[in-house]
Amino acid sequence: MRLDRRTHVPLHLVILAPLAAVFAALVLAAGLIAAAGVNPLTAYAEMLKGAFGSRLSITEMLTRATPLIFTGLAAAVAFRARLWNIGGEGQFFVGALVTAGIGHSLGVPGWIGIPLLMLAGMAAGALLLAVPAFLRLRFGVDEVVTTLLLNFIVILFVGLMIEGPMRDPMAFGWPSSVPVDGDFRLPELIPRSRLHIGLIFAIAAAAAVWMVLARTVFGAETRAAGLNADAATFAGISLPRTIMGVAFLSGALAGLAGSIEVMGVTAGVTTTMSPGFGYAGIVVAMLAALHPAGVVAAAVFVAAVFVGADAMSRATGIPSFIADVIVALCLLTMIVALLLTTYRVRR
Amino acid sequence: MTKALELNGITKRFGTLTANDDVTLTLDQGEILALLGENGAGKTTLMNILFGHYAADEGSVRVFGMDLPSGKPRAAIDAGVGMVHQHFTLAGNLTVLDNIMLGAEPLTRMRSARAEAREKLMRIANRFGLPVKPEARVSMLSVGERQRVEILKALYRDARILILDEPTAVLARPEAMRLFETLRDMTKEGLSLIFISHKLHEVMAASDRVAVLRGGKMVAERKTSESSAGELAELMVGRRVERPVRQDHMIGAPVLVANAIRVEDAGESRLDDMSFTVHAGEILGIVGVSGNGQAALGALLSGLMHPAKGELTLAGEDIAAQGPRGVIRAGAGRVPEDRHAEGVVGDLSLWENAVLERLRTPEFSRRGFVRQSAARAYCAELIERFDIRGATPDTRIGLLSGGNMQKLILGRVLANNPRFVLANQPTRGLDEGAIAAVHAELLKARAEGAAILLISEELEEAVALSDRIQAIVKGRLSKPISALEANPQRLGLMMAGVWKEDVDAA
Amino acid sequence: MTDAIDLLLNTNLWAAVLRIATPLIFGVLGALLCERSGVLNLGIEGIMTMGAMSGWLAVYIGAPLLVGLLIAAICGALMGLLHAALTVPLGLSQHVSGLGITLFASALAYYLYRLLVEVGDLPPTIEAFQPLNVPFLSDIPILGPILFSQAFPTYLALLAVAIIAYVLARTPLGLAIRMTGENPHAVEAQGLNPIRIRIGAVVAGSALMALGGAFLTTSAFNSFFPGMVQGRGWICIALVVFASWRPGKALIGALLFAFFDAYQLRLQTAIEGVPYQLFLMGPYVLSIVALVLVARRAEVPAALMTPYRRGER
Repeated sequence: MRLDRRTHVPLHLVILAPLAAVFAALVLAAGLIAAAGVNPLTAYAEMLKGAFGSRLSITEMLTRATPLIFTGLAAAVAFRARLWNIGGEGQFFVGALVTAGIGHSLGVPGWIGIPLLMLAGMAAGALLLAVPAFLRLRFGVDEVVTTLLLNFIVILFVGLMIEGPMRDPMAFGWPSSVPVDGDFRLPELIPRSRLHIGLIFAIAAAAAVWMVLARTVFGAETRAAGLNADAATFAGISLPRTIMGVAFLSGALAGLAGSIEVMGVTAGVTTTMSPGFGYAGIVVAMLAALHPAGVVAAAVFVAAVFVGADAMSRATGIPSFIADVIVALCLLTMIVALLLTTYRVRR
Repeated sequence: MTKALELNGITKRFGTLTANDDVTLTLDQGEILALLGENGAGKTTLMNILFGHYAADEGSVRVFGMDLPSGKPRAAIDAGVGMVHQHFTLAGNLTVLDNIMLGAEPLTRMRSARAEAREKLMRIANRFGLPVKPEARVSMLSVGERQRVEILKALYRDARILILDEPTAVLARPEAMRLFETLRDMTKEGLSLIFISHKLHEVMAASDRVAVLRGGKMVAERKTSESSAGELAELMVGRRVERPVRQDHMIGAPVLVANAIRVEDAGESRLDDMSFTVHAGEILGIVGVSGNGQAALGALLSGLMHPAKGELTLAGEDIAAQGPRGVIRAGAGRVPEDRHAEGVVGDLSLWENAVLERLRTPEFSRRGFVRQSAARAYCAELIERFDIRGATPDTRIGLLSGGNMQKLILGRVLANNPRFVLANQPTRGLDEGAIAAVHAELLKARAEGAAILLISEELEEAVALSDRIQAIVKGRLSKPISALEANPQRLGLMMAGVWKEDVDAA
Repeated sequence: MTDAIDLLLNTNLWAAVLRIATPLIFGVLGALLCERSGVLNLGIEGIMTMGAMSGWLAVYIGAPLLVGLLIAAICGALMGLLHAALTVPLGLSQHVSGLGITLFASALAYYLYRLLVEVGDLPPTIEAFQPLNVPFLSDIPILGPILFSQAFPTYLALLAVAIIAYVLARTPLGLAIRMTGENPHAVEAQGLNPIRIRIGAVVAGSALMALGGAFLTTSAFNSFFPGMVQGRGWICIALVVFASWRPGKALIGALLFAFFDAYQLRLQTAIEGVPYQLFLMGPYVLSIVALVLVARRAEVPAALMTPYRRGER
């Protein structure tokens, strides 16, 4: 078997790839659903209903998609530069923690406080990723492992904080942090739903990231550094500066995810507030072929899978973990699909 | 007597490129056959098919009268074919014995018979006059020693036909002579040999017969004694490609001055006590066998390595501590040794590569944003001016042929009117047409006053282009000689480290 | 403070070290085998989870413990085969494929568990491996309880270290694996098939990883719950670097690590007033520190993470 590089990738293949990948993942997962004794078509119908069937489900889905857009952007930005940021989860949490912590007793009006807290969340995420990035640049330590390990450290730290200094005395049962001040809660986008204006911020962020990557010098340098680090260095591009810049941007986006989730949805921080937004963000980024515009669409899809699976689970008894299975399969099928768009397979 | 080798009607295509077109070739037992052709003629592909790295699309191979299954190195090895690759297939972190033993024992065996293997290796090494230390780590060996290991690998597997791909690319003249003597001795021991080369003098001196490949086709087979360098050159290239000729002229003021430079890498000396001057309107040629410090010199002048001692100035400005960006800003243009690894980003477009070095200049950026239309226009200009074929500014540069890619690299350097140009192996891997084009551009830049430092492993090129020549040996430079004094003998001695000043001093 | 030192003298601590090291040993060996052949297997966390679940499940539905281990190894091998198929002949990004495998294997494990097992207030349990007392040797004071009263999988892990070390260093197969991780073109030039060798190494390595997970549910604990692997897989990846890709050093690394983990666990109860999370962070922080210390000197297999494309130079 031989792989021949295609000279020109037709646009229709680029669009087709994620669709084919999703289809393949759904077909494979159908096998698991059937193994549980449920008709896969019924199950997927329930899933669709659960995600799109009512006003409530659509708003729920978009609410879930908001942090995914941010973590998806974070992963896309980083992966383009070959900075393997798997620490989106940890960056999400530090962004959330900092936002709740500062936002609890910040005495400024809402229209100042919200942007300020967003910046704080971004700074926290950026600084967190800066550590593994620095370790890579200075010591040659692979950032995959360090960002992953930091996730565990951060979750423990969050637990420590919300059981200690940031404890919410009003929370019963499940430990939670002190909530962010009411003034800093994001206004809702659709009345009588959980959907908040954070979604607008997310889409704006996607547009901004697209512009940075496609049109700025920094974006061009990032692209070159990710594709051929030696040639980039030879051309005078400072690899350390570029990598650090990418790290700050990526970490900031993931931190912003947590910040906005706190201000928009949860008000406080708990150790379970993220059902794997950081990791799912990686799948979102890959489904989008690392394109900012695709990230929005992919995030909506992944959110739909999760929200739909909850409803499907209630209706059919299939464990809701099927959502995680589908999303993981999407990652695997997508890289195969990407391969087929870049190469022609020959015997 | 059965022919050692018969290749019949071998055809191999890669996409739209036909690398071998109905090639037929024979090798008699005990003979040395040279496979001659310029870069891209299909010599290595043909040998790779023989050895089983590739399977031919059409045609057959017979070894000692038996058909050889295609596409399996194992079958070739079992039939007695051994290959000494141009880029050695060795693992640096393992020992000589490890590298040689690999594959010789069945994988199901429970214990490696190292002692026996060592004995067999030493026997073979002695028999063929190739001394080697079995427990030495390959990364510690010199290039010549590594080549010996490559050869022994084949002999250990009882090769009776040996293929050598550009064996002298990495050897100094004396070592190359020794190698060919060894090869001649091997034929007396019953081996039959094919060596691939594009060096005419070697082919004339060392082979019994020569086969010429051109554009994937076999164009001629001759007994070496019945041919001449001139005839072979013409067969190889197919037409008289006139390489441009350097015109003598007045040389200007010094532009790049290096004084007593020492470059170290992880504690080891790569360049030592190096001094040279390149003047405006001059080409200074640095010749040497690969691996004598050319890479370090190239890195130094590109801003990637910095001297531990000594001074380096460009038009009076100290650039010793400057990185690539600073060096470019000081007026240096650099053509890197390996265009794929360092010269271009293959997946980006032509225009993105054209302005890669100048993204932060006001010409191509404004307030952090790339001025894409200006960049595209500039790239279109380059395409026009430097005759880059098969591309528009938006074409992915990886799709271009080596020659056209090199033209872009040269173009983006020269269009900037640099004071100094580093041309590091500028014609490596290019066909005659592209070589002539590159030479023409370099000579034009020289005529317009640029100071050019040419690092080349091709003596012919260095002599043709340079006003003065220095040899680099083990990180040191010989004194410069003028082009008039440069003849193959003199240069050969210089490249082997025999410098007149040493002889005088003795 | 004296409590902290007293802990060191307790034989229970040292026996626990070996116990805690067992999944790490399997994991490091598995990762090491994959990486020696040139493939980074980031699927380890998911494979260990899958091993934990499948081994446990097999025993829960009635299989003997040893068969449970075998089932776990087979499941790990299958996951490894998937990773190998994606990264070796197809040459896809080893990072992304590995992450995908981790996500997939974990999700699949949780899904199947939830589907096939009735979980009430407490997760169901099985009869786990009991410590095997080696006759005579386990009666030796101090050393006896530490070395010779361990459960079967622990002995298996130690045996695995010896076997892998021997195979890599002294057999033709081991040489072929090592060479594939250094220069796959050299392997092809000697008539062997580097693709098959890489696939084989990844499958075998993944089976070992799964055994590490199975230990958790069939020996250390006797039930399965989501998240139980807790990052051990990633720690193993760090440990491989720390061990310079050598089985002997890998064993030492795993033991050292397990020591800190065992110690930290006991320190939690011994030292008052410090939040337990700080202690739990220890292993992860230690892994990062270990990586930083070793990174510069690391003798990485030269072809690690370079996909092998036939004929491409």
